[in-house]
Amino acid sequence: MAKVTIDGIEVEVADGTTILNAARQIGGDVVPPAMCYYSSLKETGGKCRVCLVKVTQGSAKDPRPMPKLVASCRTPVMDGMVVQNISSAEVLEARKGVVEFLLLNHPLDCPICDQAGECDLQNLAYEHGAAKTRYEEERRTFEKIDIGDKIKLHMTRCILCYRCTFVADQLTNNRVHGVLNRGDASEISTYIEKAVDNDFSGNMIDVCPVGALTDKTFRFKSRVWFTKPLDAHRDCPTCSGKVVLWTKGEEVLRVSARKDQYGEVKEFICNECRYDHKNMKDWVVEGPRHIERNSVISQNHYEKIDLQKLKLEVDRQLTFQKGKQLPQSNTSQA
Amino acid sequence: MGKKLLLEHINVPGIETFEVYRKQGGYASVEKALKTMTPDAVTEEVKKSGLRGRGGAGFPAGMKWSFLDRKSEKPRYLVCNADESEPGTFKDRYLMEKIPHILVEGMITSSFALGARTSYIYVRGEYMYVIRILEKAIAEAYANGFLGKNILGTDYSLDLYVQPGAGAYICGEETALLESLEGKRGNPRLKPPFPAIAGLYASPTVVNNVETIAAVVPIVNMGGDEYAKIGIGKSTGTKLISASGHINKPGVYEIELGLPVEEFIYSDEYCGGIWKGRKLKACVPGGSSVPILPGELLLKTAKGEQRLMTYESLSDGGFVSGSMLGSGGFIVYDETACIVRNLWTFARFYHHESCGQCSPCREGTGWMEKVLHRIEHGHGQASDIDLLVDVAKKIEGNTICPLGDAAAWPVASAIRHFREEFEFHVKHPEKVVNPKHFEITPFVSERVAVIG
Ligand SMILES: Cc1cc2nc3c(=O)[nH]c(=O)nc-3n(C[C@H](O)[C@H](O)[C@H](O)COP(=O)(O)O)c2cc1C
Ligand code: SF4
Ligand code: SF4
Ligand code: FES
Repeated sequence: MAKVTIDGIEVEVADGTTILNAARQIGGDVVPPAMCYYSSLKETGGKCRVCLVKVTQGSAKDPRPMPKLVASCRTPVMDGMVVQNISSAEVLEARKGVVEFLLLNHPLDCPICDQAGECDLQNLAYEHGAAKTRYEEERRTFEKIDIGDKIKLHMTRCILCYRCTFVADQLTNNRVHGVLNRGDASEISTYIEKAVDNDFSGNMIDVCPVGALTDKTFRFKSRVWFTKPLDAHRDCPTCSGKVVLWTKGEEVLRVSARKDQYGEVKEFICNECRYDHKNMKDWVVEGPRHIERNSVISQNHYEKIDLQKLKLEVDRQLTFQKGKQLPQSNTSQA
Repeated sequence: MGKKLLLEHINVPGIETFEVYRKQGGYASVEKALKTMTPDAVTEEVKKSGLRGRGGAGFPAGMKWSFLDRKSEKPRYLVCNADESEPGTFKDRYLMEKIPHILVEGMITSSFALGARTSYIYVRGEYMYVIRILEKAIAEAYANGFLGKNILGTDYSLDLYVQPGAGAYICGEETALLESLEGKRGNPRLKPPFPAIAGLYASPTVVNNVETIAAVVPIVNMGGDEYAKIGIGKSTGTKLISASGHINKPGVYEIELGLPVEEFIYSDEYCGGIWKGRKLKACVPGGSSVPILPGELLLKTAKGEQRLMTYESLSDGGFVSGSMLGSGGFIVYDETACIVRNLWTFARFYHHESCGQCSPCREGTGWMEKVLHRIEHGHGQASDIDLLVDVAKKIEGNTICPLGDAAAWPVASAIRHFREEFEFHVKHPEKVVNPKHFEITPFVSERVAVIG
């Protein structure tokens, strides 16, 4: 076990736990955002750099600080480590820089993007980004392509988190897509647009943090916040069969896997559940899906709204955006 | 004349052949090491020599070797980094082209010290003709019993392979190189683990530059202590410098570390002074990734001390008034050079070469290039200069591998030392429309006219 202090809050975690996962055990504001790390996919992380944190004390044995900010998703904790996330102005500044970089060539076509409302990049930019762009050059664009008959790739929106390639590597038996070219000309592609055709390929859609990979069977059917998400399951021979149905009236518009509070799928679903059972009768409905994130999806939510909680959340976001940090008691250095 | 250890026999006709190289005393280090020394004793000599990595970072070679995980059950590898792609650096090519056997010899002696049974030389794809030269040298070494099974009748065996890269600067970064060598996309790995623990095929691996490995030959021959007597302080031995730019005698020079920078530029033994009788304006002393220095700060440190060709002296003053020895790519600019144009060229390079894995480098390098393109072509705004500084700062230190830093440092240093020149481009676009602007009227003269 290792004791680690993050933004003044101490937590004890198993050896080998990353700083990010230690912070998730604490929960709340001290959890760094993550755009490329995905807990249920091996080897993800380290790329987007939004999870950068400052290690002010390496460990109890070797208390020297780390010379640079580190990617919390890939840096294991050491016993006695002291970490600053939102209590470090340097971290917040660097993170703002990363968000700016991620948005630099992003088309910002949210009004016509299916991911709007459930997009990690939107949420990230809302909490950490600047209101204005300093980028005056032309943005990079790519042609839209079909990856198989069910997935549309809108490369222009991709942030190159590589999650979808790890899905292909780890969940399917044959990866036929990957990253071509380099630098800002890199693109996710199936070589010669070869179809991605296997039982679990649809999970790429769910792991994509932005609207680069979208479900062709759902494209342009509805804004997500006009749908009602329901937890449902069926007896499936291939996967757990536990899904979310995105419904309008009696109609099932989309089927997706269930995401946790960090937007991550823990139980991936098969393509049959995802694409071939768009009928309420095929499913045992468990009840309304609770959307924890402060996403617009909750806007038209039929769940009873807890006004008290909502007010607290709004206050939290307002103070956060003002750049105000945690109360002094939290940030005092251990 | 400074001492020559690597290039001593470079002008002997036929030195690229095994026969002539051997006649000049070649492969003595292999004989000495395999027949009279233990692997650890060879490593010990390299440690004593104070040899520092010649690929750019200057990390002590002996220390790197001692980090190699020797307890692991897995095979150990030595990989020679011959990806040489840093703009301004061409010394490894010269060495491999002219005297390939010194690298082959160094690989055998070093592999023995590290206990590697299979070793690789990873050469950038553009050096195809060099690859043929190396392959011929390796074949000769096999034919003469210096490679293969039971070298020189000992129980040490080694196979040596040459692997061409496919033309990516990033594959010179050691972990990207290993990925590429394994046949994958050349993306740098996240560290730790370092190659000494999990490198090629997740096995303990040492990656060293061509020149570092070649230097092992004289070190074993003369002894580490003797080698350490050359040079000053922690900068021991000789170093190959690729001298280019506005000098009378561009080329590859072997210098004893500790040579005054001024002597290197102006003496006839080396660069022979600035060409066309012009004045020295600036210099990038260690390859495109290191900070640029104006002439005054190149010859003397901010403290007024004479600047020497050593790791320490060139970095004296840190990033405020110093630079780095880096890979020894010494690029000299005379008064007609345009700092903005030069920086734009470098920025174009880094933008083109970023692997694209991490967002600050992928997006930031392109952004800097575009802004610099605008300024150089007379479309810049005053705010662009600070914007560049800020973008560079947001990249620096926040990326997976040092390419991000390498792209940021030149920007930060050029603006730090030559801000007036950037401002001039913004304020007087009409004066910079001609791409040869400062060749016609150098900035020093423009400055008097415009700024006063
Ligand atoms: C972007 C990048 C490019 C590099 N290119 C080279 C190269 O072409 N040759 C080289 O020897 N080292 C290069 N390096 C340094 C290597 O990562 C590594 O430090 C070096 O090969 C170690 O050898 P040394 O200790 O003998 O210098 C590069 C580093 C970076 C970050
Ligand atoms: S398509 Fe989506 S999941 Fe794949 S790399 Fe791009 S952003 Fe990530
Ligand atoms: S810093 Fe640049 S080259 Fe290095 S890993 Fe990141 S994107 Fe690739
Ligand atoms: S989540 Fe850690 S670098 Fe992307």
